[in-house]
Amino acid sequence: MSVQVSGKAPTFARTGVRRYLPNSRYVSVLVTLALLIVMFAAGSASYRGFFSGQVVLNLFIDNSFLIVLAVGSTFVILTGGIDLSVGSVVGLSTMIAASLLRAGWSPAPVILVVLLAGSTLGLLVGLVIHYFDIQPFIATLAAMFLARGLCYVISLKSISITDPFFTSMAQTQLPLGPDLHLTPSVIVALIIVAAAFFVLHYTRTGRTVYAIGTGDQSAMLMGLPVTRTRILVYVISGFCAALGGVLFTFYTLSGYSLTAVGMELDAIAAVVIGGTILTGGSGYVLGSVLGVLVLGIIQTIISFDGTLSSWWTKIVIGGLLLLFVILQRVFLARKR
Amino acid sequence: MSAILRGRLVWPIVTLVALLVLNVIVEPSFFSIRLQDGHLFGSIIDILRNGAPTVLVALGMTLVIATRGIDLSVGAIVAICGALACSMIAASPHPGSVSTVMLAVGASLVLAIVLGLWNGLLVSVIGIQPIIATLILMTAGRGLAMLITQGQIITVTSAPYKVIGGGYWLSLPASILIAAVMFAITAVLTRKTALGVLIESVGINPQASRLAGVRSRSIIWTVYVFSAVCAGVAGLMISSNVTAADANNAGLWIELDAILAVVIGGTSLMGGRYSLMGTLIGAFIIQTLTTTVYTVGIPPEVTLVFKAIVVIAVCLLQSPAMQARIRNMRRRRALAVKEGVAA
Repeated sequence: MSVQVSGKAPTFARTGVRRYLPNSRYVSVLVTLALLIVMFAAGSASYRGFFSGQVVLNLFIDNSFLIVLAVGSTFVILTGGIDLSVGSVVGLSTMIAASLLRAGWSPAPVILVVLLAGSTLGLLVGLVIHYFDIQPFIATLAAMFLARGLCYVISLKSISITDPFFTSMAQTQLPLGPDLHLTPSVIVALIIVAAAFFVLHYTRTGRTVYAIGTGDQSAMLMGLPVTRTRILVYVISGFCAALGGVLFTFYTLSGYSLTAVGMELDAIAAVVIGGTILTGGSGYVLGSVLGVLVLGIIQTIISFDGTLSSWWTKIVIGGLLLLFVILQRVFLARKR
Repeated sequence: MSAILRGRLVWPIVTLVALLVLNVIVEPSFFSIRLQDGHLFGSIIDILRNGAPTVLVALGMTLVIATRGIDLSVGAIVAICGALACSMIAASPHPGSVSTVMLAVGASLVLAIVLGLWNGLLVSVIGIQPIIATLILMTAGRGLAMLITQGQIITVTSAPYKVIGGGYWLSLPASILIAAVMFAITAVLTRKTALGVLIESVGINPQASRLAGVRSRSIIWTVYVFSAVCAGVAGLMISSNVTAADANNAGLWIELDAILAVVIGGTSLMGGRYSLMGTLIGAFIIQTLTTTVYTVGIPPEVTLVFKAIVVIAVCLLQSPAMQARIRNMRRRRALAVKEGVAA
């Protein structure tokens, strides 16, 4: 915020060194990117075999479901809301898929039912939040209990999946060069990211999402479809959670009522680390993808190290969350 | 009586009574309490005893929510305090001596205060939103608890420690007494002094209350420390009851139960007016609900669905939109009556 003292009318052209500095809107995303690169470099320097393309690709393969969840959460958080139900919806999706497949359904209708169930739950949550004026926190908390409870109603035991389509999705490796491969789940996740990117940046709906996060009163006064969009983001989040659940079954080939406990926190942490501001209105879906990759690389480093215990993951994620939240504070304070 | 009916506690009380009546219908001996070996036993005593940790955590949560905050880290604090106390007792040469237990309990409570100070620092000084500030400790806290226990479930055999969560005093379970004393102290401190009003004013408008000379920063800091201490005591209670510290499962979801208890009790998440009595009733509704599921014979796995439905119902009934609709309906009916009289 430099004040121009020359006699000329102030221009908005960025002069001097500032021209070479990135736009401040992108700073937190770039910090995340830099962090990712530093962590990868540190891992490569410390552990043999870490510096390989497949380690990078594995970050996507092992976290494809989390990428999809983080995309859904990004929409909700951009409007200033929060969705605590995504973890349980993932669990519920795996249960519905596994039990329907066991009952002899074919894969296509199963996936359709799962996606519909997730979206419907999201729709209900959105309606309750909007029309009854209940905080997103409480409404999604109730949805979380409901979804987890329904898991237990379906079955207490783990159900394994033997359907040929699901097993082929789990085992297929798409070759990408020598010793490099991807899985179909990653492709699905990347399509979702691309779709979310398009919706958020090139459509009216996307602009309305940002506008609601900046201030829903003013969005309403501007004549934007606030009601429809606010409900829509919860439908999107529910859909993404259900899709995440489907990808999770591709990954684990089973349905279990205790899967993905606490995964909503991972999704929220990824979104925050990716630079989206929790009060809404500012953030990027690509940042959330970077956030997921940061969480993934922490786990990779810990598994490569072998001597670090698994609980360090949680402590490091907590520390990173703190770092990024304070970073957000500093930037917000400077903006004012 | 009419004051109670008009008050905000109507729905919680109705819910609690309905649940209790349902229990009595299904199991006529529900209210019977018997004295065995000088200890009281019975379903009601069980509800009170199992509900004690939730009551404690919800008590701290009420004050936090009254300042327009929220404390998600209580479950992690429960785990950390249980872990520290158990590992200190297990490591000491005399696990059964009272001094060891006092030392362990003291150390855990000091740690709880430190954790509360940390939350308070993030919220009141650095100015991070409460959900996120406490989310940090919620995520990292379980890791810290596992760091203390080294990933093991630490079991302790210490008679004095067992008293906190599983012992009896004056033929009542000690945990009920501890929760009751904490509740009474809180009620007196906040309702017989100006503290309660100050907390509410901070919750209603932090800016205005600061300008009016209320030290909102220290008040916010205090409520987070209080919430952490309540969670710490609950953690001691839970780990003492099962004589083990389980870093993964101790206090799991207790933050959600506590928040639900507060919301059901009629305290708005938007801060401001709060009701300690409402929270108490809310916590017992949640505990009774769990017991009801067992007595009625609903498979226990459905508890969560049942809980979700009750929570949704209570929240919808209390929501501003629904309240306005009910008020409109009453007004219209009153008008209709008046017109009928006039005609």
